[in-house]
Amino acid sequence: MDALFVNLKHGILSMAGTFAPDWFVAFLSMLISISAIAVLGPLIMMYLTLIERKIVGRMQNRIGPNRVGKFGLLQPLADGVKMLTKEDIVPNTADRIAHFWAPILIVVPALLVFAVIPFGRGMTAVNLNIGILYFLAVSSTTTIAIFMASWGSRNKYSIIGGMRSVAQMVSYEIPMVLSAVPVILASESLSTGAIVDAQSGFQWFVFTPWGFAAFIIFFLCGVAECNRSPFDLPEAESEIVAGFHTEYSGMKFALFYMAEFMNSFTVSAMTVTLFLGGWDGPLLPSWVWFFFKTYCLIFIMIWFRGTLPRLRVDQLMGLAWKFFLPLTFINILVAGLWFFTGPVARVVSSCAILIASFMVLSYLNKGYTPEKRTYRFAE
Amino acid sequence: MNADLSLFGNIAVYAIMGVSVIAAIGVVTLRNLFHAALTLAMVLLGTAAVFISLQAEFLAMVQILIYVGAVMTLIIFAVMLTSRLTDESIPQQNKQGFPAFLVVSLLGAVLIFILLQAPWPIHAPGVHSPVSVTDLAKAMLGNYVFPFEVISVILIAALIGAVTIAKKDS
Repeated sequence: MDALFVNLKHGILSMAGTFAPDWFVAFLSMLISISAIAVLGPLIMMYLTLIERKIVGRMQNRIGPNRVGKFGLLQPLADGVKMLTKEDIVPNTADRIAHFWAPILIVVPALLVFAVIPFGRGMTAVNLNIGILYFLAVSSTTTIAIFMASWGSRNKYSIIGGMRSVAQMVSYEIPMVLSAVPVILASESLSTGAIVDAQSGFQWFVFTPWGFAAFIIFFLCGVAECNRSPFDLPEAESEIVAGFHTEYSGMKFALFYMAEFMNSFTVSAMTVTLFLGGWDGPLLPSWVWFFFKTYCLIFIMIWFRGTLPRLRVDQLMGLAWKFFLPLTFINILVAGLWFFTGPVARVVSSCAILIASFMVLSYLNKGYTPEKRTYRFAE
Repeated sequence: MNADLSLFGNIAVYAIMGVSVIAAIGVVTLRNLFHAALTLAMVLLGTAAVFISLQAEFLAMVQILIYVGAVMTLIIFAVMLTSRLTDESIPQQNKQGFPAFLVVSLLGAVLIFILLQAPWPIHAPGVHSPVSVTDLAKAMLGNYVFPFEVISVILIAALIGAVTIAKKDS
């Protein structure tokens, strides 16, 4: 059961090997991996929309979609048909090239990232030895597509949304990269497979003080990177219509939506890989564990959306630059200390340093609250 | 790797190189600032692809992370803040075109001279196995630790300088 998909692929390849030449088998091997990812990405996205609508509905005391199919299970398909048949509107003054290419280019990095995610034991499509770096590099190119969309639309709200989005992504990328550094130190590898191996047998990095701090920072930065609530300023519908995708309709809009949902899946999957032991777990098959953990994180993301109000721009920037960034630097030092001190001393010292720095940083970041005004004559 | 697949790989690399060169010409000839910036992004991505074909994955990823992810973003940010954003076309040349051409052709001549001088060992013992990340780390924090530290200090100085200049107005 554990190696179900791996065996399936090997079965197909050995069957093809009986009659086809070697180069065809090599080609087929690539084709199977690529098509598995190309199908998995959109499929996950489709049902993520349904899961999100259902859960948010429950949180807001509604039922959520339940008309199309049993429990609304066919709702994503109905949405897809609706998106495809909608009219494609291009503004008169839009820059045709940028406006046309932006929704296509935004999906590319979102899909490419799936290649290095270890879905289960031996289930990484491409086991690059620089897996994390690949994830960080490829996901950072999304900003260009967002810029193309916002500039190409020639719309004020689009440009404001694009500016906000890029400022946000550039800021949150730095603490995100730095919070992954202790994990690389601990597992002595950049490969996602090796990182999961380093955590096997419940040695998950989240159970260490530095791992716990880095886990929270990485996950929150990831939520900010994929522009989800409460960091959804770039598409704040109550302020700037829909941000960079204001001028998009039909399938082009659906592509933006798709990239966003696939990003939230990959960020959760990467957090699971780095801190929650990836596919490591008892009894159940490895890929079941992986998807279970990932969907737990996605549930937390939806929970955020259901409960937290949106941040202000200055709060957003302050959180990244004044709070997460210093904390990640301290965290790297703490991780270094962890590897060179005794078993009891390291727990005590790293907990003490992290808690102290957390307190100091929260004190320094305390916002200015004006004194309560007393009215002498108005009463 | 298999012979048929490596032929396919070669064709792909040459196609990427061709697209990069065309995009590079676009960077200096397109009259729309934003389009020029986008073609620059294409050139940088093409360079990363060439690095991958030379089995320098680490360098390729750093190229994408730094140049496409950060530097390009800053360039496009600057373009979006310019007042001539809505201009359809901005002249790409000014009066200094001819002196610039002279300097660049001199530089090109020197580069071509050096390239022709260099021995290009393909199967000789000069070619090592692909450089791994571990080798890079050992070189950076071992042999070349002094230049590495100097660069860090220079970067910190630049950062502090930028903050000081930006703060002056308030």
